[in-house]
Amino acid sequence: MDRPILRTFIAYVEDRPGVLNRVASLFRRRAYNIESLSVGRTHIAGISRLTLVLEADEDGARRLEANLYKLVNTLWVRDVTHTASVARDLALIKVKANATTRAQVLQLCEVFRARTVDVAPEALTIEITGTGDKIEGLLDVLRPFGIIEMVRTGMIVMTRGAEEAEARFDSIPARSADSGAA
Amino acid sequence: MKRTGAQIIWEVLVREGVDVVFGYPGGAIMPAYDTILGYPIRHVLVRHEQGAAHMADGYARASGKVGVAIATSGPGATNLVTGIATAMLDSSPIVCITGQVPSKLLGTDAFQETDITGVTLPITKHNYLVTEVQDIAPAIREAFYIARSGRPGPVLVDITKDAQQASMDFEPPKGEVRLPGYRPSQQAIQTEIEKAIELIDEAERPLILAGQGIVRAEATRELLSFVEKAGIPVACTLLGLGGFPATHPLSLGMMGMHGEAWVNNAIQEADLLIALGMRFDDRVTGNLKTYAVKAKKIHVEIDRSEINKNVKVDVGLVGDVRDTLLSLIPGCKQRNRSEWIERISLLKGDSAVRDIQQLPYHDKLYAAHVLHDLWRLTDGKALVVTDVGQHQMWEAQYYKHDYPRKLITSGGLGTMGFALPAAIGARFAKADDEIWVVVGDGGFQMTACELSTCAQEGIKVHVAIINNGYLGMVRQWQEFFYNRRYSATPMRSPDFVKLAEAHGLTGIRVTKREEIAGAVERARATPGTVVVDFRVEQEDSVYPMVPAGADLNDMIRRPSPIVETGEDP
Ligand SMILES: Cc1cc2nc3c(=O)[nH]c(=O)nc-3n(C[C@H](O)[C@H](O)[C@H](O)COP(=O)(O)OP(=O)(O)OC[C@H]3O[C@@H](n4cnc5c(N)ncnc54)[C@H](O)[C@@H]3O)c2cc1C
Ligand SMILES: Cc1ncc(C[n+]2csc(CCOP(=O)(O)OP(=O)(O)O)c2C)c(N)n1
Ligand SMILES: [Mg+2]
Repeated sequence: MDRPILRTFIAYVEDRPGVLNRVASLFRRRAYNIESLSVGRTHIAGISRLTLVLEADEDGARRLEANLYKLVNTLWVRDVTHTASVARDLALIKVKANATTRAQVLQLCEVFRARTVDVAPEALTIEITGTGDKIEGLLDVLRPFGIIEMVRTGMIVMTRGAEEAEARFDSIPARSADSGAA
Repeated sequence: MKRTGAQIIWEVLVREGVDVVFGYPGGAIMPAYDTILGYPIRHVLVRHEQGAAHMADGYARASGKVGVAIATSGPGATNLVTGIATAMLDSSPIVCITGQVPSKLLGTDAFQETDITGVTLPITKHNYLVTEVQDIAPAIREAFYIARSGRPGPVLVDITKDAQQASMDFEPPKGEVRLPGYRPSQQAIQTEIEKAIELIDEAERPLILAGQGIVRAEATRELLSFVEKAGIPVACTLLGLGGFPATHPLSLGMMGMHGEAWVNNAIQEADLLIALGMRFDDRVTGNLKTYAVKAKKIHVEIDRSEINKNVKVDVGLVGDVRDTLLSLIPGCKQRNRSEWIERISLLKGDSAVRDIQQLPYHDKLYAAHVLHDLWRLTDGKALVVTDVGQHQMWEAQYYKHDYPRKLITSGGLGTMGFALPAAIGARFAKADDEIWVVVGDGGFQMTACELSTCAQEGIKVHVAIINNGYLGMVRQWQEFFYNRRYSATPMRSPDFVKLAEAHGLTGIRVTKREEIAGAVERARATPGTVVVDFRVEQEDSVYPMVPAGADLNDMIRRPSPIVETGEDP
């Protein structure tokens, strides 16, 4: 029996009003529990790309793909869980740091290759990019100093090598000329 | 040519082949109502927008075409919601067009503003908010295309009032609608077809589970060829009834919660289930853990997300069921499987004596009598539209449907109040069919206002109210599972005969079995809609019954004492 594991999906969707809402509504309605969801433009006008991380078993993953395809605005979906890929999450962390603790915090940041993006008398704001694990690692060591605020973008993923993602994507037919509806 | 948005709506509808729409006017849709008069489209004025959606649905199910409902913004649009959800769960192709407040007022809580695309997001196949006149035609064309293709479903197009009022140079759009990501049709993979054929040829106790997909795909003939070649008996889901002729020797009847006992037992004994256009609803499977554990499963489905959803299958064939049957038929062996068929007859024998038809007749009118006699009196050829409750199940058990699209019922949502409006819609699809509405005293009162629509539009349907003085199906659950505490299920109703008469229609009351034939005769001979109030046994129950979530073969059976005295009616 295959057990649920964390899975990563890439989906291309038309960049139209309400599309993200449709995707979110699908997950809520089908009771999928999302770990992370991030959306952004691609280099092609009118097309957005989603990266989605959630827990599912093999059947669940296949059904999730099928459900995503049922959304009329979905163009292309791929499960990259088992594909070599680069995964990045970005976090901004505001941590307490005064004259006595600042040096210590900065040292830790260096170990994690995090950058300081703002300095205030009682706080530092740190930017870190990496996998989820790396960010969790930094958080763990910063916690004793007192974390004031944190924000994360959610995971974005790209497969390694001269992948076919975009090439396959070219085969998607254009909308018919008269179909410019909202 | 110069056209306003309001005109463009009808221009496109006419080109989609629409000649009737069901609707109700109001402020935000008034521009469209003003222009409809110039187009060859009949408008049926409903009494409640829920009725408009059900009428569009009934029209769609009877005809196989897309049905259309129209409503205004706010309360008009929200009144459609139950009808849209009903169409969604039973995959019925309808397009709802709603007016919306002017685009400048969107998001301001304007008078009669409801975010209806937001509200209907999870209960439509797709929906559109249109704020620009040039987007109206493409949105409506796409809506029709999406509604009817692939797995059909409801699509809503919400059009702001200013978009309806604006005008533009309008060129009727030509050619196919193309949507970049939408892939409605797929073909089953050849190697999977071969695997399926191998399973079919090897099976000793196979069973076909025929669902609504057979009806939708117009695949009755192909199913017959397949069944007759491979010699496999067929059970139907509620929505599959009529997809395979009920009187065919290999037809077993309905499966599931109120299915025939021998069908459910046969499913549990089968070594192969071939599911054709059905989605293993929980009313069909009962407890999934014990469902057909001895059987391998083949699932033919147009919607990939249904494969392995409820029941894990050995072979999933994604594609249209008619196309898939055409690929299966030449490959599979000719067989007759007489041993298995004999085994099923044995299972059947035990159940048949429990049939209420075998009851000696003691002056009591049973719903089963009404439906059995109606079946006989109409030669099984009527188009029957049922509501939700006990009467719906008795109809499914006693009216033997030999033809597809002759039973219209709300299966997935189980929407009380569906039947009368759906039948009105069906009337516009099937001008010559004899149409019978079979409805409970409770459900009838949910949409009885549409009798007035029948009167105004001069529509003839026959309404058989199975009047048991209770919300019968709920009362039955109270009897079985809640210690006979009849909480909020006894129902006092108006005099339905007088109600019909108040509408200028005819009402007939039937209290004895020998009056049934006369009433049917009279209903047929009377012009206009006729309401027949059948006063039936009040505390009868639908048997057999698989309690919700129980094992499929764990059925509550009709208590024996009444049964032993079997004798022909
Ligand atoms: C009071 C009550 C009691 C009920 N009791 C029972 C009962 O005892 N037994 C019973 O069976 N039902 C019962 N039902 C109905 C039940 O809830 C479901 O609605 C019903 O079982 C669904 O039948 P279906 O799967 O055939 O149809 P649908 O739900 O319409 O599913 C059809 C499937 O076919 C697919 N399909 C559509 N078109 C095609 C095509 N062209 N090619 C291939 N596939 C296609 C669709 O994608 C869909 O998955 C009851 C309902 C009520 C209200
Ligand atoms: C709109 C709606 N509300 C409630 C229910 C729950 N329900 C299912 S069957 C039923 C009783 C139906 O009573 P009636 O119409 O008299 O039919 P009967 O079962 O007596 O034949 C009820 C209340 C429902 N299916 N639909
Ligand atoms: Mg009743």
